[in-house]
Amino acid sequence: MSTAPIQLDRQGRLRHFLTVEGLSRHHLTEILDTAESLRGVAERRVKKLPTLHGKTVVNLFFEASTRTRTTFELAAKRLSADVLTLNIATSSAVKGETLLDTLRNIEAMQCDMFVVRHQQSGAAAFIAQQVKPHIAVLNAGDGCHAHPTQAMLDVFTIRRHKPDFPQLQIAIVGDILHSRVARSLIHALNILGAGEVRVLAPRTLLPPAVEMLGVRVFHQPQDGLRDVDVVVMLRLQKERMEGALLPSEQEFFQRYGLTRERLALAKPDVLVMHPGPINRGVEIDSRVADGPQSVILEQVTNGIAVRMAIMSITLGNQARPGGETD
Amino acid sequence: MRDVDSLLAAMTAQLREQLARRGIADPILIGIHTGGVWVAEQLRQRLGLATPLGQLDISFYRDDFSRIGMNPQVRPSELPFDVDGRHLLLIDDVLYTGRTIRAALNELFDYGRPASVLLAVLVDRGGRELPIEAHVAGTRLELPAGQNLQLIGPNPLQLLIQSCS
Amino acid sequence: MRLVLRGGRLIDPAHAIDALQDVYIAAGRIVGLGHAPDGFTPDRAIDAAQRIVCPGFIDLCARLREPGQEHKATIATETQAAAAAGITTLLCPPDTDPVIDEPAVVELIRRRAEAAGQARVLTLGALTHRLRGERLAEMAALKEAGCVGVSDGGRPLTQTRVLRRALEYAATFDLTVFLTPLDPELGHGLAHAGQVATRMGLAGIPAAAETGILARDLELLRETGARAHFGRLSCGRSVELVARAQAEGLPVSADVAGHQLQLTELDLSGFNSQCHVQPPLRTLRDRDGLRTGLASGVIGALCSDHQPHEADAKQAPFGDTAPGVVGLSTLLALGLRLVRDGVLPLSALIERLSWGPARILGLDSGHLGIGAVADVCVFDPKTVWSVTPDTLRGRGRNSPFLGWELQGRVTYTLLQGQIVYTALES
Repeated sequence: MSTAPIQLDRQGRLRHFLTVEGLSRHHLTEILDTAESLRGVAERRVKKLPTLHGKTVVNLFFEASTRTRTTFELAAKRLSADVLTLNIATSSAVKGETLLDTLRNIEAMQCDMFVVRHQQSGAAAFIAQQVKPHIAVLNAGDGCHAHPTQAMLDVFTIRRHKPDFPQLQIAIVGDILHSRVARSLIHALNILGAGEVRVLAPRTLLPPAVEMLGVRVFHQPQDGLRDVDVVVMLRLQKERMEGALLPSEQEFFQRYGLTRERLALAKPDVLVMHPGPINRGVEIDSRVADGPQSVILEQVTNGIAVRMAIMSITLGNQARPGGETD
Repeated sequence: MRDVDSLLAAMTAQLREQLARRGIADPILIGIHTGGVWVAEQLRQRLGLATPLGQLDISFYRDDFSRIGMNPQVRPSELPFDVDGRHLLLIDDVLYTGRTIRAALNELFDYGRPASVLLAVLVDRGGRELPIEAHVAGTRLELPAGQNLQLIGPNPLQLLIQSCS
Repeated sequence: MRLVLRGGRLIDPAHAIDALQDVYIAAGRIVGLGHAPDGFTPDRAIDAAQRIVCPGFIDLCARLREPGQEHKATIATETQAAAAAGITTLLCPPDTDPVIDEPAVVELIRRRAEAAGQARVLTLGALTHRLRGERLAEMAALKEAGCVGVSDGGRPLTQTRVLRRALEYAATFDLTVFLTPLDPELGHGLAHAGQVATRMGLAGIPAAAETGILARDLELLRETGARAHFGRLSCGRSVELVARAQAEGLPVSADVAGHQLQLTELDLSGFNSQCHVQPPLRTLRDRDGLRTGLASGVIGALCSDHQPHEADAKQAPFGDTAPGVVGLSTLLALGLRLVRDGVLPLSALIERLSWGPARILGLDSGHLGIGAVADVCVFDPKTVWSVTPDTLRGRGRNSPFLGWELQGRVTYTLLQGQIVYTALES
């Protein structure tokens, strides 16, 4: 809706990947199908493809993250791209250069792609509007707004086990209010025609008018988890207790934690997912996280193939003639 | 146009001869998507080979990514066997500039180290831009640059000449 | 200088005049309406045909950024922009640097404005020392130095006890208190707490952050007998609360910023930092409630809430940008848009821009009666113009209306009978 126009070129092809919102089913399917072809690379002896040979990918991480950064690095390297990682300190005590100045300096180094993670919602779109044409911008997470590559790897994982989206009921559980993962996943599932997307949380962890995103709201696990095909547990951060959103981690686990008993409410072949890193004993019981229905580790593996696909597609579209935007 | 059936027959005969001469008993057929796979399927039947077919999609190995970007319909490559030390029969429908074969060879060698690679094509239309030649060809002919040769199928397989505008 | 404004349509809401009447000016005052006073010969005649002649506008909230933030704007640049916009009086809130909590700062601003000679600048003194919300400011001294009221300067008090006492103290000296209806704890956020903020992942500011404090403040006024003006309402519900208080006879007034009557949370789409404002743009229903409030007069004044920023302040991800937009250059035209949309009649609009604010300030201005100071605006309601960096005046270019086509433009502005602005003829 809002940033989709910037991420598409005149022919409607993806030239940046900023948000799932506003994309067509065709856009998403192209990414998923391409990722399917890339999955096998990790099992080969030479885990590399020459596709992005000669391209330079810059990881611009204004918000620290080891795991997301390393998967993007790995994805770029497996496509033979050169990778540069910049962790930009954002301590308010350190008055550094403006974001724009940082961008201009890096642009001067002749790069082809920026992978951006920032604590402000809308940061990736801002950067995409500022960079020179031919530089692709990938959103690795902007504030509470979007984490589109995570959503894509989540639906990719679901599709590998349960490809018939209209038949699926998916429950997303936990801190929806602050979750960019939740927002992007809700958009992706709705675009792919999911049967029903549910959010399950106490009222303090649900944003205003959340049902307008296209979800059914639940406050009790007995109802929210009943007969679902997929459960996505979100990470609960300690700060939520300090913000008077929750009394304690114990109470959250008591009322909402994914235990084996709660999991039994869902379908017998339910998939258990989590964007990671997991808080054992807070949002999820260890036995469930490590149990037979968990695909949490598969999500990580799939994340590399999905990011390789997105990088290939966007950089490929940037190269095409006649695809410029105004 | 020469009918595909007779081209396949010619390929089969030549392949039998090549395999016998080189003493290759157990080759693996690998077809290049999409036309090469159809041809390879036919050859596998005619040669009576047991080993499953390999399929190669060279989209990620193309040398023109910087000009035309990703192929929106890429498919997974599937090589359900170990390539190391094996004799491979690389099959494609039309051999033209040679760039597709170069990409295919690069991809094959990222899977392992084959003992040898023989190239067999349905039609060799000349116009090579790289030092690549087929060991086996159903037929050899010259086509001007403005014309495109395409195999459609899989049932029935037909060769079409079209002008590219 | 003796002037006559000839052939214009005079709209003076204070005297219920809306007629073709010539206006005669001498020694900085209105000396005749409709026909010349005896023996009057003009030094200059201004052709006001096809124009509207009305009192110069009184803007109840414009930040001039001086003293303290001269990199954003100065009194000279912004009063010049005001003159080009038909605004003859600006009210400057106390959140300058240093804060207007000492007569010396009042004097500095007065002198700078006089030197520029483009518009009158009135000041609001601080309610508390340094606007810190702890100790009372020397309100009596500030009044004597010329402040027309006192204010929290956009920094609402956190201690209710201090607020109550400040209201009582201000009432002692018959000072109107200009308050910002915002809960300092609940009021943190970037956008209205609703579906747009949810979709965009922006921290939301609930309506109750304004209405809750407004309700509390109205109760305090009831008990203390103070007179208050609430600045920049953003919620439809706030209009209801103020209306009820007014109906009960409480001395309460309110204003609304021009942009709040045109834009809603939907305009944030794409993380447009030009729409990052405090209070935030709310829902369509709120906008309509504010429009109704302005039309009925519950909201007695339309102001610009002018907040010029340097380019850098808006060129960052949304949450890193400074809130606030410029508003002087678009005040009239956006007001005329409301008239064209049938929200309120033209004379009511002019009233909300002149006589209404004057009454809120307790000043004998904002009207063109015989003997009144000749602060006059002559404008063409028909001229179409585009809002561009060239057509915006003053330093800041942070306007959410860039690219809009508006109708209505000032031709002349007179300050105390002197022409301070003339539009270039195209």
